[in-house]
Parts: sequence; structure tokens; C-alpha cells
Amino acid sequence: MLAQFHRGPHGGESCAGGSPREPEGRFRPRNKYSVLLPTYNERENLPLTVWLLVKSFSESGFNYEIRIIDDGSPDGTRDVAEQLEKIYGLDKILLRPREKKLGLRTTYIHGMKHATGNYIIIMDADLSHHPKFIPEFIRKQREGNFDTVSRTRYKGNGGVHGWDLKRKMTSRGANFITQILLRPGASDLTGSFRLYKKEVVQKLIERCLSRGYVFHMEMIVPARQLDYTVGEVPVSFVDRVYGDSKLGGNEIVSFLKGLLTLFATT
Amino acid sequence: MTKLAQWLWALALLGSAWAALTVGALGLELPSPCREVLWPLPAYLLVAAGCYALGTVGYRVATFHDCEDAARELQSQIQEARADLGRRGLRF
Repeated sequence: MLAQFHRGPHGGESCAGGSPREPEGRFRPRNKYSVLLPTYNERENLPLTVWLLVKSFSESGFNYEIRIIDDGSPDGTRDVAEQLEKIYGLDKILLRPREKKLGLRTTYIHGMKHATGNYIIIMDADLSHHPKFIPEFIRKQREGNFDTVSRTRYKGNGGVHGWDLKRKMTSRGANFITQILLRPGASDLTGSFRLYKKEVVQKLIERCLSRGYVFHMEMIVPARQLDYTVGEVPVSFVDRVYGDSKLGGNEIVSFLKGLLTLFATT
Repeated sequence: MTKLAQWLWALALLGSAWAALTVGALGLELPSPCREVLWPLPAYLLVAAGCYALGTVGYRVATFHDCEDAARELQSQIQEARADLGRRGLRF
């Protein structure tokens, strides 16, 4: 089926009432999706994430590149990334390393430099974000021409695996407070699994000041102020297969601080 | 207007309306039963809000989807991925 719509995935995806096929001879650039993968000590998970990404994109036919931003991981993540570059080719996998762990904001800015996609996908490399959802993100984005599409674990058939009661309570409790205070128009704000139009993410990232969970909230809460539209896709979140999950007192305190800051400034 | 400003506005508006009515300022004399209800109203609302919050969060925790299938699928895909990457020359 995809062979017919060789000019680009638009025809194939939107045949149910979208734009008509382009006539032969008229050049229409295809959309390209740049996936930004920040990594720190993800030697085990990174190759698996990349494999799943390649599988997902190959099966759906969308044009992509994967940009791995490693912050000087001591466990050899960089080696693995270099091997992946060789296996899949530099047109698909690009390592953009850094010397040490710096903030998420600079990670994404660094990753986006020279990115050739017109859409940016951000996600984690720890297998909690499954690349099989990316085609759904893309379809959702086209459906409403959303400026950003975010994952949700709380609606539809979204959910989690590997969380105990305490973790679920913390998550729902925090989300409840966030909804009451910020009324953000999105059900799941702390997620780092998103699709953005490139110019939208560049605009949003300029305004971000925080780290961790709050950074991702800052990347979506002001979206409405700036008249950006947000779509959502339910996903399953399978908590860390390898490695340790981090949710300590520190994270909770900084989350609350960030929440109150957003409350007072947006 | 920031969210904080909206909240402060709303609280100021409702708060002054409540105060005006309970104290009887503006020359508005409400019948006694009305005032008896009005006076502790903020406390009642706070408790009701607390119950609503607990109930909602409790319900949401109870209905939080557990993705068993997704976890199983992921495990089998990990096996597949490791095998394929090994064939392509990846040294783990």
C-alpha cells in the first residue's frame, strides 16, 4: 500500500478524507522525524531502544533519524552508540556526545543542532517509552495538526507496569494537584515522550528554566498561553527493565517547587 | 493573568461576599437560618473538597491500568532485539 504513495506518507495516511495525492512532477518534501535520545548510563537499554525505533519506523514508512546525546556515561554507552552508528548508518543514527551530565534543556538544544527533521520526538532510552507508539503520535498529530502530541498514562488504554501502590498514589496525587492548580488541558504533564513541531519546541525550550520532571511540565504548560495545540496518545509505561528508577524525597520537593513556580508564572 | 492571580481573585471575590453577608454589611439582613448555614460554609466546603480529592485520587489509583501484556511483549521483543543485534555485530 505504501508503494502507491511513493511521494510521501501523506497520501497513504490521509486517504480517509485528507489531502489529495500530489500530481506527478510536483516536488513535495516528506516530513522527517528527528528522535532525540538523551542517555546517561544506558549501555544495556540503548541498543534495544534503537532496534525498536528502527523497527517501528521501517514498518510504518516514516522518514526519520535518531540522535543520541550521551552525557559522558562512564558505563560505555558511547561505545555502544558508535557501534550502532556503524550498524545502521550515519544517515539514521547520529551520536552527539557531551563531556559530562548537563541539564535536559541543553541536551535537547544540543541534540537539535543540525537536526534535519521538521518534527522532533523526545523520549527516554530506558525502554519505558515504547517506539511502537510513535506512528500513533504521528497520526494523531496529523489528525488535528497539533503543535505537540504528548503521551498519557491516565486515559484511554494508557497505563503502567511495575509500579507498587505507593508509586501509583504519588503519581495520581501529584497529577491531581497539578490539574487543579494549572488546568493545563493535558492529562499527563510530567512525561518526556512527546512529538513537537520543530519551531514549537524551539520556542518552548527558550523559556524553560528547570530540571527533571518540571522541565517537561514547562515544555507543555505554557503551550496554551502561546496558542499551541496539544494532542494526546494513551501509552503503556513499563517501568525500568534494567537499572534503577528514581523517585526520592528530592524529586518530590523539586516537583512541588516547580509546580508552584508554574502556578505563579503562567 | 496567571493561575495564582485567578485563584486570588476568586478567593477575594467569594471571601468578601461571604464576609459581607455574614457580618450583615451592605444593610443586607439575611434570615437567621440562612446565616447559620453561611457562617461555617467555608469550613464545610474545605472538608467537602478534601473528601472529593481523596475520593478522586483513590478511584484513579484503583483504576490505574496495569499493562501486563505490554510488559510481556517488551520482554519477547528484547530477546528478539538482542539476537538480531548480535547477528549484526553488536558487542554488548
